[in-house]
Amino acid sequence: MAEPARKALLELKDLSMSFGGLKVIDGLDLTVNGREVVSVIGPNGAGKTTLFNLITGIYRPDAGEILLEGGSLVGLPPYKITQRGVARTFQTLRLFLNMSVIENVMASQYGRTKVDIVRAMLRTPGMRREEREIRRFAEEKLSFFGQRLMGYRWNQPAYSLSYANRRRLEIARAMATDPKILLLDEPAAGMNPVETHEITELIGQLRDEGGFTILLIEHDMHVVEGISDRVIALDHGVKISEGSFEQVATDPRVVEAYLGTKATVTK
Amino acid sequence: MSDASDTPGVPEPPPEPEAPEAEPGSRIGIDSWVAEADQRRARGRGPLGLAAWGWESAPDSTKLLAFVAIAASLPFWLLKSEGDLFNFGLFTLIFVGLGLGLQVVVGLAGLLDLGYVAFYGIGAYAYALLSSGYYGHHWPAEATLPIAMGAAVIPAAILGFAARRLLGDYLAIVTLFFAQAFLVFTNVTNPTLFGKGITGGANGIPNLDPLTFFGYKLTSTKQLYFFTLGTVVVVAAAIYLANQSRIGRAWRASREDPLAAEVMSIPVNRLKILAFIFGSAVAGLLGAIYAAVSTAAVSTNFNIGVLIILYAIVILGGFGSIAGVFVGAIVINVSFEFLEPQTDYPSFKRWLFYGLIIFVIARLKPWYRAAVILAGTVGFGFAVHAVVAAMAGHAWTTGKPISGAGWLTHWVVIPRLNHGNFDNFLYIGLVLAVMLVASLKGWWRTIALAPTLYLTALVWENVLVTSPGVTALILFGVMLIVLMAIRPQGLLGTSRVEIV
Repeated sequence: MAEPARKALLELKDLSMSFGGLKVIDGLDLTVNGREVVSVIGPNGAGKTTLFNLITGIYRPDAGEILLEGGSLVGLPPYKITQRGVARTFQTLRLFLNMSVIENVMASQYGRTKVDIVRAMLRTPGMRREEREIRRFAEEKLSFFGQRLMGYRWNQPAYSLSYANRRRLEIARAMATDPKILLLDEPAAGMNPVETHEITELIGQLRDEGGFTILLIEHDMHVVEGISDRVIALDHGVKISEGSFEQVATDPRVVEAYLGTKATVTK
Repeated sequence: MSDASDTPGVPEPPPEPEAPEAEPGSRIGIDSWVAEADQRRARGRGPLGLAAWGWESAPDSTKLLAFVAIAASLPFWLLKSEGDLFNFGLFTLIFVGLGLGLQVVVGLAGLLDLGYVAFYGIGAYAYALLSSGYYGHHWPAEATLPIAMGAAVIPAAILGFAARRLLGDYLAIVTLFFAQAFLVFTNVTNPTLFGKGITGGANGIPNLDPLTFFGYKLTSTKQLYFFTLGTVVVVAAAIYLANQSRIGRAWRASREDPLAAEVMSIPVNRLKILAFIFGSAVAGLLGAIYAAVSTAAVSTNFNIGVLIILYAIVILGGFGSIAGVFVGAIVINVSFEFLEPQTDYPSFKRWLFYGLIIFVIARLKPWYRAAVILAGTVGFGFAVHAVVAAMAGHAWTTGKPISGAGWLTHWVVIPRLNHGNFDNFLYIGLVLAVMLVASLKGWWRTIALAPTLYLTALVWENVLVTSPGVTALILFGVMLIVLMAIRPQGLLGTSRVEIV
């Protein structure tokens, strides 16, 4: 394993976002360094998915700055943010269901390829070369998942996949945009213990072998404990704790956020 | 797996399940064999299943070549007369071309574009203004066809850009408004330019030049047929190749889930405009060809009725299927010609009608049920004929079937004189009988089918043979409903899954 680069890749500075009067993200500072796995935890409604939507440009922040390698992402349309090097998966799976498995992974390479429609219709040599490269890259990304997404499955429609395989395909599709940082929104949701273990190992591989930096939302503490270099706990849009898994898990504020305390339970 | 012991709480995964021991060479029980079981079951058996298998396993270029070979041979055996070639051949090809353009917008990019016919009309008017005596321009087709495409693309680009953020119903409203505005502009507004109304108002622009390429005139129907065939093949190949590239994948991805596509680095709005322009260019080209073929540009040829036919072609053939557009256009254009008043091609239509009924009955299972229905229908007819002749007098039964077919005179009841209400009662009776059949089960249904089929024949011989277009449209609607109930994904479409 190469020495991880401890340089800030993604920086959020004083980020705020509200829906109507409800502050969903409130003055959040967050840094993700290169080749690091950072987990974001917090109870439901803490603002975790909103955080992802802000980073990927689906929402625009009310205030604050989002920097990728020093360049601002605020105000860019989502496809440009992805082309800069941020890719994500969705908590509620959003695959291109009526396209084949391999086409899902080929479609997301749009931003890193060039051929226009005229050259596509003329099948120029350059177009054929690029098409072969797209396919090779897609197969490489799918092969990351071992036998799970290989062989005959490539040409099956995405809707025919099992739930766990759809989660894997979402990760493969995000990887195929050739990102610098992967945002994984609950990759282990709905998986059985074996599959959860597998996905935990896989996220470790993505960092160690794939060289990806990963920002992760996860409720399954086994996963968080297994792979996180750093854990950040959110509650009501505010960062309440940050540090190693043990530090965060034992932080009284985190315990309070999840379980409540006697003082806050009033009759 | 070695670090499982380091992370307490993560259960040790069980060993990978071994693939079942299969006999050498056997694929039964292998994962992929199981996964493809549904496909095999859906394919069916017998000659139809074999044909379906042949179709699925043939490469796409072979399919196109087969179509070209059959279409190119048609003028020499099936469509020998000019009229047949014009109505069945040439117009089917024009519908194929129009359907292909619409398939890009609706089927691939998923945009509900109801203004498609306007671009078709713009192409036709562009050709009419540049290749007719109207303004005295007689430009050759190698110039007017690209100009017609350009004339359709420019408003499409403006409209597409203005509506780029709209989806679904909202886009449909805006484009429908555009189509209606086009009709009003050509029909009513008709602004004066160089001393003449630019679109010729309700009369349109008559007496267009034939398509002329580098001095070579396409005047005969056969020449126009082969030119249109070539154009349609080029358009189909272009759309196929575009669909197989990153552009086509991006179109389909934005159709499936625009938000996910955008987050997967696809500029969705830009691709929507591109699809819109692409479809409009095809419509403009076909509009110019249509104008040259029909030697006139009249706004009623670009109204909502045409749009409905085009959507029917795309829906019937299957959303997103290029081959489906061919099948849809053939089925719809041929059935429209077939449902015209029976004075054209009378015996052909009659054979097709009875042939279709017998084909449907023959597909029923078990075989004796089909035999009972067939025998019952024939017997019922003779019985009714005899009863009516005895009770109501010969005037009710001695009418002649239109255009020959004397073999029918002792079976169907045709009054010698026209009784307007008789037709209406037949109609209502048929509707009631169909509802009754639909609500019955088992042998009761079989028994009720015979009179219903006989009623259908009565309606056919008494009403449909002379009917104007309304009946044709009703029958057409029924056909579409039945087909979509049996096969919702269209004839060649793949079944789509929206939410799982």
